[in-house]
Amino acid sequence: MEVTIRDRVILHDISFSVKRGDFAAIIGPNGAGKTTLFRALIGSIPHGGTVVWAKDARIGYVPQHVDLDRHLALTLQDFLQLKSRVLNLPDTAVNDVAQMLHIDEGKLKLPLSSLSAGELQRGLIAFALIGNPNVLLFDEPTANLDAPGEEHIYQTLHKLQNERDMTILFISHDLNLVTRYADTVICVSSSLFCAGPPKETLTPEVVDKLYGSLPFEHIHAKK
Amino acid sequence: MNTLEFFSLVAMLVVAAASGLVGAFALMRRMTLAADAMSHVALPGLGAAMLIGINPLIGGAIALFLGAVLVWRLELKTKIATETIVGVVFSTSLAVGALLSPDHELLELLFGGETLFTWGEAIVGMVTGLVIIGLILSLKERFAISFLSADLAAVTGIRREFLEFLFLMFFVITVLLGLNFLGVLLMGSLIIVPAATAKNVAKSFKGDLFASALISSLSVLVGWLIANRFAFEIGPSIIAVAAVFFFVSLLFRD
Repeated sequence: MEVTIRDRVILHDISFSVKRGDFAAIIGPNGAGKTTLFRALIGSIPHGGTVVWAKDARIGYVPQHVDLDRHLALTLQDFLQLKSRVLNLPDTAVNDVAQMLHIDEGKLKLPLSSLSAGELQRGLIAFALIGNPNVLLFDEPTANLDAPGEEHIYQTLHKLQNERDMTILFISHDLNLVTRYADTVICVSSSLFCAGPPKETLTPEVVDKLYGSLPFEHIHAKK
Repeated sequence: MNTLEFFSLVAMLVVAAASGLVGAFALMRRMTLAADAMSHVALPGLGAAMLIGINPLIGGAIALFLGAVLVWRLELKTKIATETIVGVVFSTSLAVGALLSPDHELLELLFGGETLFTWGEAIVGMVTGLVIIGLILSLKERFAISFLSADLAAVTGIRREFLEFLFLMFFVITVLLGLNFLGVLLMGSLIIVPAATAKNVAKSFKGDLFASALISSLSVLVGWLIANRFAFEIGPSIIAVAAVFFFVSLLFRD
């Protein structure tokens, strides 16, 4: 795959495959094009090359954030129902997902714009899970959650992966989480691209090359 | 009030309800300014059509359609373009339109004023208005997802580009339906002002859509009554009423 936005090459010569049921982590420095990779995978932006999904793939996507109008008249329940109705699902689909993610009734009735960042993120995860997807793409799924919230999301994801043979691709900055949960790790960067099981792929040299040395070390070295 | 007067009013109310729905989604799409100003594009079309002696609405329709396609294409390419189009193209089109339009018609083209429709206008207004209302309501979830997030639309299997185009077409048709009583300057306001009012008071998606359509129709009804009672121009009366509703709604805003 290759992605060019306004004459700037964002992703170049990217190629990988993820097996059904895998928990695959996408890592890489800021601005390396991880989110762009996801947006190309879901067909939201044009790209070169080909993306091949399994024939029965139903994709759910959790964006890092959605830029919302502060006075939008849309409750969390309205928001989730948008998707259940487009997919012709009964309204109970919304309640099922809310229950799974421990979103209580009261929260469902609140306007989207009044939710905290963490609650909104949980809402976006719920949106992704409506329609029973078998592939989930998470762009830093727990960036805005507190530690217990983060733990709960990862446990839920893990449960989903095991119980429903779900394939999960997630972007993360937390290399501890990546080594703990991921079956496959995919590194995205302009200077290096790798894919494979975390233990073999994430050697100290690779991590060093991927993220580069920390900038303040250079400053000290110069002084 | 004779039968034609009655059905003229009914047509205005139906067009107003359609315009309220279009406006609610225009705000969700964050094109407040563009939506208000896009109706101005009709003027050069109306003027040119009058010059060459064809039905002005045909000229207006062509001009609006070109304006909508311009917004649609440029928005797909870059973000800043919409603001630029509004500032440059839409405003310039007012000047060009004013030069093209016959002097004695200009005021009515700008501010409307027709309170008595022909039977043809009344029937087209009612039927087309109802069709637009029906289509928007049946596509409301798809529109909302598309306007909230391109990525969520893509992954939900929504053909966003097509929906964007469809929405702009609904917009153009609604503007055309309102031109005879509101004119190119005020029709944009009937789309935006009641929708902005609804957003201040509504607490849910359905509530917002319902309130926007209702407030829009109510503005037309009250504006019509005031215009009749005090022999005012209908267009300005309607928008003045809509503006009063808006300022009152600010008291309810959280």
